[in-house]
Amino acid sequence: MFAGQASPVLPVGRRWSRDRLLRNLVLGTPLVWAVVFMFIPYLIIFTYSFWLKKYPTFVPAFQFGNYAQLFADPQYYQVLLRTAKIALAVSLSSLLLAYPFAYYLVFILKSPRLRLMLYMAVIAPLWVSYLLRAYIWKTILGNEGVINSFLVYVGILDRPTDIFLYNQFSMVLTLTYIFIPFMVMPIYTALEKIPRNLIEASKDLGVGPLGTLFKVIVPLSLPGIFAGMTFAFCLTFGDFVAPFLVGGPDGVMVANVITSQYGAALNWPLGSALAIVMLIIVLGIIELSDRVERAGRINLA
Amino acid sequence: MSFARTSALDRIGTGTFTLVILCVLSFLYVPIVILVVFSFNDSSSLTWPLGGFTWGWYEKLFSNRDLLRAIGNSFYVATFATILTLLVGVPAAFALDRLDFVGKRVFRRLVLLPLVLPGIITGISMLNLFKLMGIGLSLETVVLGHATALISIVVTQVYARLQRLNRRLEEAAADLGAKPWETMFLVVLPNIKSALIGSALLSFTLSFDEIPVTFFLTGRDNTLPMYIWSTMRRGITPEINAVGTLIVLASLLLIVVSVILLRDEQER
Repeated sequence: MFAGQASPVLPVGRRWSRDRLLRNLVLGTPLVWAVVFMFIPYLIIFTYSFWLKKYPTFVPAFQFGNYAQLFADPQYYQVLLRTAKIALAVSLSSLLLAYPFAYYLVFILKSPRLRLMLYMAVIAPLWVSYLLRAYIWKTILGNEGVINSFLVYVGILDRPTDIFLYNQFSMVLTLTYIFIPFMVMPIYTALEKIPRNLIEASKDLGVGPLGTLFKVIVPLSLPGIFAGMTFAFCLTFGDFVAPFLVGGPDGVMVANVITSQYGAALNWPLGSALAIVMLIIVLGIIELSDRVERAGRINLA
Repeated sequence: MSFARTSALDRIGTGTFTLVILCVLSFLYVPIVILVVFSFNDSSSLTWPLGGFTWGWYEKLFSNRDLLRAIGNSFYVATFATILTLLVGVPAAFALDRLDFVGKRVFRRLVLLPLVLPGIITGISMLNLFKLMGIGLSLETVVLGHATALISIVVTQVYARLQRLNRRLEEAAADLGAKPWETMFLVVLPNIKSALIGSALLSFTLSFDEIPVTFFLTGRDNTLPMYIWSTMRRGITPEINAVGTLIVLASLLLIVVSVILLRDEQER
């Protein structure tokens, strides 16, 4: 639209320059922004990840010591493994809750009004502060929290227990709570796109409801499932707020380690190497989910 | 399969589903109710049984200078971050929708990356940039950080809207003698208003709530979430519940406003 639609009244030279200006502005602004605030900063972390820690700060170098340390020192690779495990648990548990919910909205609920209301109800918590949603679970699960004091009050427990908070269970619970809306949105969209006649055809061919679910509906909604799981996995993978609030000593995640390397430990090269590893994992997951989505599209066509 | 058996099965199926829906909804909302209830509870601990009713935590909150300053800072950051995301994100969406250029795929990836990229990476990478350039940390560096992280939100929403936009409108405008920039401001932008408003409201909310980027890019000034975060490190108090309740109320208000604005758009 920016070329060749200018008013015919303008002389050719001026028309060209004004169109060029608009085009350059439209493309140039975001391009410059992406280069200055994204590409160059990532390049800087990448460079730092090869530098050497030397008291009191760090010096330029080109060596793989930081990466070697990440994969040799159990302290670090165990954190990476644990983070991946928790991120996987969070994406699976939010999938298990979100899928039936989205399925119910799309296929069972008859009233469009109620459908919209329930959809809004599950999306609305996204607008409520992230920090608060993690904080709420700290106040519910804690030693002096709502559940403990309630159980003591009704006489089920003699005294408060520590089993609810500061472990991996509380982390998975809290993060699942946070990421359910992210999971419902893409699954809902994917389910809505499934042509109804495919489901009827499956029924007409004598396939039972469960068969239809697992052979027709689930495969066709895979793009939504993968999009939701990508969100939940990647965002959990890089979270340091929930681990800080509800995760105990065995709930430290990669982002917490990066935070401490950039803070108290003042080992920016090691922190940068960890950030690069995180970046590569996230990019890998996005690529994977893109491929699956593309494959799914071809299947349908 | 007999009719009676099908309907019995259906009823069991529907019953199970209703149960699942109720579970998910209560999982989402019971904690929020608990948050609100304890903000009115006349006790400094968040334990059962509830004490009496009090406005005390709210009174305490409104006389808390640091908190009020943090709220002011958050409004400042969210406002300017939203303006920047629109100024950069809308052209980016246009470029992706209308222009062909070398490196478009890389550009798309880079611009959309922060949607799933953990905030901590945006935070430390920009911290490195500012340190290297000798720029001191302040609320302005936070604004730049938030804008970078949130441009992706504007791009996805505006891009989706542009794809559905009827190109004939622009051709008609051009045929009637409108210059490209007139078409842009008088035809295209008014037609994608709902996406602009929606993404601006979402950017504002997310910026207001942002922690990971702010954590690394702020100087001495606190935003509201950073203030709450530092209060939490000292321990749990019902005052946080009171702030939280107000945030929930404000969020509800924003949702209602955006629904109304977007509905107006559709009816026209």
